[in-house]
Amino acid sequence: LVLAFSANADPVDEELVIDDIPMVTRAAAPEGHPFDEVLSGWLFREAETRETEADSFANPGMLAVERGADIWNTVEGSAGKSCASCHDDAATSMKSVGAQYPKWDAEAKRPINIELQIDKCRVENMGAEPYKFDAEGQVALTSYIKHQSLGTPVKMDLSDGELQDWWEKGKELYYTRTGQLNFACASCHEDSMGKYIRADHLSQGQANGFPTYRFNTGGMVSLHNRFRGCIRDTRAEMPKAFSDELMALEVYVTWRGTGLSVETPAVRQ
Amino acid sequence: MKPGVWGSAAVALLVANMAYAAEVAPNDVKVEDGTVAQSLTGNPGDPEMGAKALANRGLGNCLACHAVSALESEQFHGDVAPPLDGVADRWQPEQLRAIVVDAKKVFGPESVMPGFYSLEVGINVRKDLVGKPILTAQQVEDVVAYLSTLKEGD
Ligand code: HEC
Ligand code: HEC
Ligand code: HEC
Repeated sequence: LVLAFSANADPVDEELVIDDIPMVTRAAAPEGHPFDEVLSGWLFREAETRETEADSFANPGMLAVERGADIWNTVEGSAGKSCASCHDDAATSMKSVGAQYPKWDAEAKRPINIELQIDKCRVENMGAEPYKFDAEGQVALTSYIKHQSLGTPVKMDLSDGELQDWWEKGKELYYTRTGQLNFACASCHEDSMGKYIRADHLSQGQANGFPTYRFNTGGMVSLHNRFRGCIRDTRAEMPKAFSDELMALEVYVTWRGTGLSVETPAVRQ
Repeated sequence: MKPGVWGSAAVALLVANMAYAAEVAPNDVKVEDGTVAQSLTGNPGDPEMGAKALANRGLGNCLACHAVSALESEQFHGDVAPPLDGVADRWQPEQLRAIVVDAKKVFGPESVMPGFYSLEVGINVRKDLVGKPILTAQQVEDVVAYLSTLKEGD
């Protein structure tokens, strides 16, 4: 009898090096974490998927990064500016920035992620419209900015503003069961981590590779898109992207990956 | 609206109610000592239909978590949960019915196995599914009938 799970059901014991930069795919968990070790989703993928991510020339997600670079230099909006007008070379100005998000937005009094920071600059500094959720430009620019942190370990500052309160709220949501199927995030990514749920090998559900390239859909997947998909799979109503619920989850889930390298654009099946 | 229309609607409703008269509603099922003694429908389950409901991703989708050697032709069996091979040697039909109806009442509240005929579900249930169990009463009976055929050495 050959069943799909006869493949190794554990995370692999391999090193990930991208563009000669070694990635931290296993890190000691921060205090208060349910696991001893946090693991990159890369360790749970099939060999072919892992190889594609390890090779920037083969990684189709790099097209989104290149597209982001174009947008970075493109003038848009009534102020006649591009991102580069103020931030110059992203390799310098955005280096390691993506690894520190979400941050606290003192004006909005809520956490802000890269997508919302881009919108803020578009509206306040460029006189342009905010992006619609998952607009091609939003995903490309986010990928481009996160990619400037390739290899940098994820490290948020929870003492920033009220982030700690949002962490608490996110934690509560992580353990709240939703939908007709009555699953919490923890049902799959904590209790069943390392197991096969049909053909899918369950990882810790880390955020460090986002936006990710998915073979399934042949395109990029943003973090809030992934969150919504997981919640939909519990047969629940999906919260809106960037809603308080999903921002709280982003704070908490990102913290759960503290110490893992940013791998954007990671490759998934 | 014409009285005749109301009349036929009432008859249709009556017939529908009669068809389900013997059926136990999800909130009325009693799990006692890890068993549900009575059939939910009064009709015997059909093991063949049960195997289908068990494998179907929109119904039981049990293979997401459990492997079943007898259903080898189905792709991708999960290993979140123990294989169901020989499950009829380990559990009586009354116990299997309880497990399928509401596993959390048998294995405890922390179990990840969904309750397939229970309305004690998660928050924010998709609007069109509110108040509905995952399986119908008859599908539960069918699945239990199929599970009862899973004896080791088969
Ligand atoms: C007119 C100037 C201007 C333009 C144009 C502009 N920004 Fe900004 N941006 C700023 C300022 C000012 C800040 C806040 C600086 C700070 O406090 O870090 C900022 C902050 C940021 C940050 C956060 C940096 C950090 O360290 O947290 C990101 C990311 C960013 N901008 C991206 C963009 C992108 C992408 C575009 C184009 C779509 C853009 N910006 C266009 C002025 C601009
Ligand atoms: C029914 C099971 C299930 C539930 C419940 C679930 N997920 Fe997932 N999730 C998956 C599967 C399957 C994948 C794809 C395989 C993997 O990476 O684990 C996935 C992937 C992810 C990923 C991407 C990981 C990566 O490395 O690409 C994130 C992030 C994630 N989930 C977060 C969540 C959050 C947050 C919740 C709760 C709101 C949640 N998931 C609930 C099954 C689930
Ligand atoms: C999301 C995962 C999941 C799904 C889907 C699921 N189960 Fe389970 N099931 C479990 C787990 C886990 C256990 C082990 C007991 C526990 O820890 O809760 C279990 C235990 C069982 C047992 C007892 C097994 C034994 O050998 O003791 C039976 C019988 C069973 N499940 C039947 C089913 C049927 C039938 C379906 C579909 C209608 C189903 N399960 C769907 C997770 C699942």
